[in-house]
Amino acid sequence: MSYTIALAGNPNCGKTTLFNELTGSRQRVGNWPGVTVDKKEGICKKDKELHITDLPGTYSLSPYSAEEIIARDYLVKEKPDAVIDIVDGTSIERNLYLTLQILETGVPTVIALNMMDEVEARGDEIKAEKLSRILDVPVVPITARSGKGIGELLAQAAETARGKKTPQKLLVFDEKLQRVIDEVEKELESSGESDSAWKAVKLLENDENIAAGISEELKNRIRKIIGKAYGSNEDPEAIIADQRYRYIAKVVKDTVKKSAAGHIETKSDKLDKILTNRILALPVFACIMYLLFACTNSENFLFLGIPSPGIWLAGLVESVWGGLTGVIEGLLGNASPWVYSLVIDGIMAGLGSILGFIPLVLVLYLLISFLEDCGYMARIAFVLDRIFRRFGLSGRSFIPLLQGFGCSVPAVMATRTLESEKDRKITAILAGFMPCGAKLPIFALFVSTLFADSNQTLVTYSVYIFSIVTAILVSLLLNKFVYKDGASNFIMELPQYRVPTLKSVFIHGWEKVKGFAVKAGTVIFVSTVLIWFLSGFNLDSFNGKNAAENEDGSIMCEMNDSFMASVGNVIAPVFKPLGFGEWRPAVGVVTGWIAKENVVVTFAQLYEEDVTEEYLEEYFSRFTSEELEELGFEGGAYDSEAAGDIYSESVLFEGGDENALPHMKDDIKTKAAAYAYMVFNLLCMPCFAAVGAMKRELKTWKETGKAVGIQMATAYAAALLVNVVGGLFL
Amino acid sequence: MTLKEMKPGQSGQVLSIGESGPLKRRIMDMGITPGVAVKVIKMAPLGDPIEINVRGYELSLRKEEAARIEVQV
Repeated sequence: MSYTIALAGNPNCGKTTLFNELTGSRQRVGNWPGVTVDKKEGICKKDKELHITDLPGTYSLSPYSAEEIIARDYLVKEKPDAVIDIVDGTSIERNLYLTLQILETGVPTVIALNMMDEVEARGDEIKAEKLSRILDVPVVPITARSGKGIGELLAQAAETARGKKTPQKLLVFDEKLQRVIDEVEKELESSGESDSAWKAVKLLENDENIAAGISEELKNRIRKIIGKAYGSNEDPEAIIADQRYRYIAKVVKDTVKKSAAGHIETKSDKLDKILTNRILALPVFACIMYLLFACTNSENFLFLGIPSPGIWLAGLVESVWGGLTGVIEGLLGNASPWVYSLVIDGIMAGLGSILGFIPLVLVLYLLISFLEDCGYMARIAFVLDRIFRRFGLSGRSFIPLLQGFGCSVPAVMATRTLESEKDRKITAILAGFMPCGAKLPIFALFVSTLFADSNQTLVTYSVYIFSIVTAILVSLLLNKFVYKDGASNFIMELPQYRVPTLKSVFIHGWEKVKGFAVKAGTVIFVSTVLIWFLSGFNLDSFNGKNAAENEDGSIMCEMNDSFMASVGNVIAPVFKPLGFGEWRPAVGVVTGWIAKENVVVTFAQLYEEDVTEEYLEEYFSRFTSEELEELGFEGGAYDSEAAGDIYSESVLFEGGDENALPHMKDDIKTKAAAYAYMVFNLLCMPCFAAVGAMKRELKTWKETGKAVGIQMATAYAAALLVNVVGGLFL
Repeated sequence: MTLKEMKPGQSGQVLSIGESGPLKRRIMDMGITPGVAVKVIKMAPLGDPIEINVRGYELSLRKEEAARIEVQV
């Protein structure tokens, strides 16, 4: 026999900590049907009969947000055997408001009075036994973070679930209101409605979801009952909320002994005096953001000359992966060339690009989990809300967008911290517009060659400005025309600062990394292998012609002759209005979707007539042996085998050769077209890794497709504008 | 006067909430009901939103929303 126990409570009441404490590692994260809210389930580690479901944190059971609808539907429709209602003892009044609504549903309930350590530290006292007597449900004082009281809580919950002890109805409302509720309840009952007591209260609360579920005729009868009792200037909805809080105030007066009356300053308030101080808030915030950034994406961690933990771990993973690839290369010595290429350039490279991101994602998530759990994330929204509101976003959008300057993958994943679904969708789209690290080589190559006679720094900066201005405009447009619905208010709790437990931060971080590796990983892997195939094969691969022509008998071909070239030819006309309607720049755009730095590598392969052995030898002859070693030649000696790769990665990536790829000018003739090409690559679909992350955050392919479509349309419109308007001046 | 006009450090009592619909329910769900004591803690560094203490916890809301809440100081 198994029993289901739901965990319910306000946000920040320690629900997640308790869930982790109860289930350990035995948990499963999915989604609630139809919405992008995590559904967490687990089996209790101490009592395997208990199946625990973690409901989303909510302040009430009104149908205000997706979270609230999920929580109430679960309690009323799925009827768990018991619910553990977690009440934060430090703000007991607001927490009991949800408790009263949970009790109204009639589900067997146990109250876990959490944060008792903080309550005691403040010198306050909560009489749990008395509270239990008044509410007629077991009340167990606990401290979830230290595990204190959890054994007792579990025993009570198991007993309540097995005994199916429904809570007694409380006398929350005054005589008049209760009479009206009873009348409505009778009316519902006689029409055969289930949960009539609960629905009666909800109907008086003007609850549209419940009203939609009953017949028009019944609704009219109920409207009459309510209309008879309350005049048009009275608002039963407000009266109910008011009476609930009045009841709570009475209960609290009887059961809570405060050490001081009124609002007293806590440690948290003192900390807030600095962190949200009028003058200090923004500088402190900038420092914290810099640290976050430095720990994940920085090559020069805190100017110490060492890479950040994220980059360092990524490098470690890459070198291990490189070593493994080397071993496999050795094992494949006798395999046919295409098998070798599939394994090395397709599968290993595809998996490698996923693995390379995991350390960045891990470090970022540990830090973000920390900021969220400690309460600072809410302050960021508080401080920045004024600025971001103008663009139709919330203050929390800042972190994902800032991360976008480093890498779109963690940026998209950081949108998880946004409360509203609308903000989450818009921010995930905008994150792809940011000039991430991998886009920089494109700008470096273009600025150094095609803008050789312009103020190059200015051109590069203008690309940054362009991305920010585009993000603002697109956000405004999306708010106005695409994602019109969604709450735009800012009524938000500023929770007490708390040092989160390491365990909860790690569980948080690990869950998300696992999600990324599986969901994003699949997208990245499949698309990488697909592009590998398109770039290495053509029709002659399958009729024996390539095998006969190639010295090593390979059926593969050069990229210039591959399917990819044909794809480039087919899509090139689309880019004609943008100024770069030739097949080679078109192929560059496509390979950029694997990883944006591929655009430059692809160019070096496609304009092979510009990267001849003679050219390379002549180009590198200007360097001294030390300089050659710095560029990547082993021992400082010129090596024609390695020269090609070193040329693209050390020279082109940095914009080091202003005479590079002269034939590129035949395809991209004007400065306007060159700028349009940079803009297009900046704004169009990000790499597959980021699309994988988008799929993970937006949940459905439909939403992901819509988001990518918006990015593509933006890129096209912006590049067109640049080419046409720029053509008049440049 | 309204909650928006209160100065940091000032305390008062809520008289009525001029909103209607879901926003009003949200405001009341968060504990701002007629008769409750509120104290304005501070403004955000850029002047908006504001932070108040109500029912023993800290809540932030925009001035736009605070302007609809009538208070007595």
